[in-house]
Amino acid sequence: MIPELGHYSLILAFFFAIVQGTLPLIGVWRNNKRLANLAVPAARTQFLFIAIAFLSLEYAFYTDDFSVLYVASTSNSHLPLMYKLAALWGGHEGSMLLWVSILGLWTMAVTLFAKALPDSFRIRLIAVMGMVSMGFLAFIIFTSSPFERLIPAALDGRDLNPLLQDPGMVFHPPVLYMGYVGFSVAFAFAIAALLDGKLDITWARWTRPWTTVAWVFLTLGIAFGSKWAYYELGWGGWWFWDAVENASFMPWLVGTALIHSLAVTEKRDAFKVWTVLLSICAFSLSLLGTFLVRSGVLTSVHAFATDPRRGVFILLYLVVVIGGALLLFALRAPKVGLGEKFDVVSRESMLLANNVVLAAAAGSVLLGTMYPLLMDALGAGKISVGPPYFDAVFVAIMAPGLFLMGLGPLAKWKKASLPEIGTRLRVAAVISVVSAVLVPFVMGKITLMLVVGVFMGIWVTSTTLILLRNRIVARQDTTPNLVDNLKGIPLAFYGMLLAHLGIGVFVLGVTLVKGYESEQDLRMDKNDVAKIGNLDFKFDGVAKIQGPNYESAQGTFTVTSNGKEMAVLHPEKRFYPVQGSVMTEADIKPGLVKDLYISLGEPLEEGAWSVRIYIKPFVQWIWAGAILMALGGFCALADKRYRIRNKKTDQDLKAGEPQEAHEAYSA
Amino acid sequence: MKARHKRFGLIAAGLILLVIATVLITKSFRSNLVFFFTPTQVEKGEAPKTGSFRIGGLVENGSLKRLPDGLHVQFRVTDTAKTMQVVYKGILPDLFKEGKGVVAEGKLGTNGVFEADQVLAKHDENYMPPEAAAALKAAQENKAKGKVI
Repeated sequence: MIPELGHYSLILAFFFAIVQGTLPLIGVWRNNKRLANLAVPAARTQFLFIAIAFLSLEYAFYTDDFSVLYVASTSNSHLPLMYKLAALWGGHEGSMLLWVSILGLWTMAVTLFAKALPDSFRIRLIAVMGMVSMGFLAFIIFTSSPFERLIPAALDGRDLNPLLQDPGMVFHPPVLYMGYVGFSVAFAFAIAALLDGKLDITWARWTRPWTTVAWVFLTLGIAFGSKWAYYELGWGGWWFWDAVENASFMPWLVGTALIHSLAVTEKRDAFKVWTVLLSICAFSLSLLGTFLVRSGVLTSVHAFATDPRRGVFILLYLVVVIGGALLLFALRAPKVGLGEKFDVVSRESMLLANNVVLAAAAGSVLLGTMYPLLMDALGAGKISVGPPYFDAVFVAIMAPGLFLMGLGPLAKWKKASLPEIGTRLRVAAVISVVSAVLVPFVMGKITLMLVVGVFMGIWVTSTTLILLRNRIVARQDTTPNLVDNLKGIPLAFYGMLLAHLGIGVFVLGVTLVKGYESEQDLRMDKNDVAKIGNLDFKFDGVAKIQGPNYESAQGTFTVTSNGKEMAVLHPEKRFYPVQGSVMTEADIKPGLVKDLYISLGEPLEEGAWSVRIYIKPFVQWIWAGAILMALGGFCALADKRYRIRNKKTDQDLKAGEPQEAHEAYSA
Repeated sequence: MKARHKRFGLIAAGLILLVIATVLITKSFRSNLVFFFTPTQVEKGEAPKTGSFRIGGLVENGSLKRLPDGLHVQFRVTDTAKTMQVVYKGILPDLFKEGKGVVAEGKLGTNGVFEADQVLAKHDENYMPPEAAAALKAAQENKAKGKVI
């Protein structure tokens, strides 16, 4: 009964999405207020019905309703409750429902918080989001309903893939989707502006916070995923250039470019067309990513052939959304105008270079991800693109970008002087060069990659700190008190500092772990001691443990350094009887300068095991960097010029913007 | 006039960088393409003699042997028509099983043994790696053809 209610709600939501996506547009066009005003109530009702559908499916998972095919194939009665609820997004159908629910959530947020926008613009915005939702709901209803019944009902479910039974499963997909889907708001802003034919500084100011929120979620989502892969897969890797990962990384790269391009549009009324194009691209890549990961096309291109409806629908949807948006862009972009001019050496030109770098990086990832699929679809054989391609190309493209990160924020808008920037950055240059030589020397191994990596990491970090120092010095005459001085600097500026510091920390983490990690596969008998560097790993044997839905062999390792105990680690080998699958659960002692990482291989004769021991220096810095970036985003959001205002004060704002806020991104 | 020169210089520099980047990317791309071969194709000598490639098929039942050091393993991969010997040092992935699909990446040794430096088994228990599935299908089709002729 409840699943039928869910299915029915979904169909109702679809009808409301149609209303939301069409009538208000006609209303704005024909100047019909009654039709135009349907947008908000239609959007909210749509969200209500999607929420009912979502909760109905969760209820089916909660009550172990194995007469629902989707529940039977992704859950099991012995599954812990947390994973039962998270199993909703453990498969294709449920992920699509999660996607559309989050889209509903974003639309709801737009109806609640975007009140300062002019009516016609706001209505177009909501209508565009309605159209996106329409397509997705149709896809779910016609090709992948999670509410399909299984008759007769299964006695028990096939269980959630043991790999997914992890707290990461609870957070990673929703957070990632918040990011993916969040770009739909930026997309809708861009489309609405194209329809409007007007794109100015105020438009950029409205768009920026929404884009930043989406970007923060995407950053956190990717970081969660990477961390999860690190401890769960048991291979000690944190990024595999897997198609699934690339699918989330491409929108991030373009989204990062978009954030910077929006800054220029807001500050200088420039880069307008480019900003619109990036908004369209970011969301298009999100859509592509969703389908790549969830349509089964990665498993096999021929998955489309087994269920042609899905494949055709997906292709059609992508063509309509992306093609339609680009067509509109081609028709209307000239009307939007290019915006203000700027000099060859200026902050604008540096941000342009940043955008080109990020777009090129996204393009090269796209090439490496899609090429094998394309070749396979054309019957040209099975090919895979190795991680060395991504590593090499990515480093080569990003290195100049990182270098520019140091110069850009110091350059003046419109026209800057290179010698002046050079003088200001002398100290940073010296520090970076010295550490690029010193760090590898102290660590005892020098490669070109290490030198370049350390240089870039320290360069980004030190130039960012110099930025803060310059800011303080510039304000010293008016506000001599340091605390007051720091307080007076706008939050958006701190946001940028934090995010850039995050990049620096991330680059250092990646460089050091790639350069100095060590890996050993060993055969260990009970009480054997493995010596790695100055660390002793003693194997104390394996014990049998019974988990809620698995049996486990749990090893015990004592790690000592010069007789002093550093850590006791318990890696496990788990057996999940429902799917008959084995899972390696590594155990990790995380640390600021290094992680100790042990995973159990296979049992050998007489209580011996094959064991893999990793030492991962500075690996935690990778995620710390990502968290700093996200914090930076939050900080920028809290800046007072983005606070929600009612219409009246917004008018005041345009008349007399506080000077301080305007200066947020200026040095 | 000066501004126009500057702009021209900028565009020229941008184009040159773009060309260099494209050349580098395509070069790196070409050299990192890993091709896939079935055991039948390897037997026919279609696989590269030097350099890495991928093979795939089923792990033959009863073929998995662990060498005395506990770390080197040997197994045979079959596409049901032809079979090839594989050696690998390291810990096998969780989903590696006899009778199941497998994909390995590595080089052909002088003695015709495939020296794998990576054994891939995908995440899902029921899921056959696409390359392995393709290898089996190709072998089946060849057999069918053979019968007709």
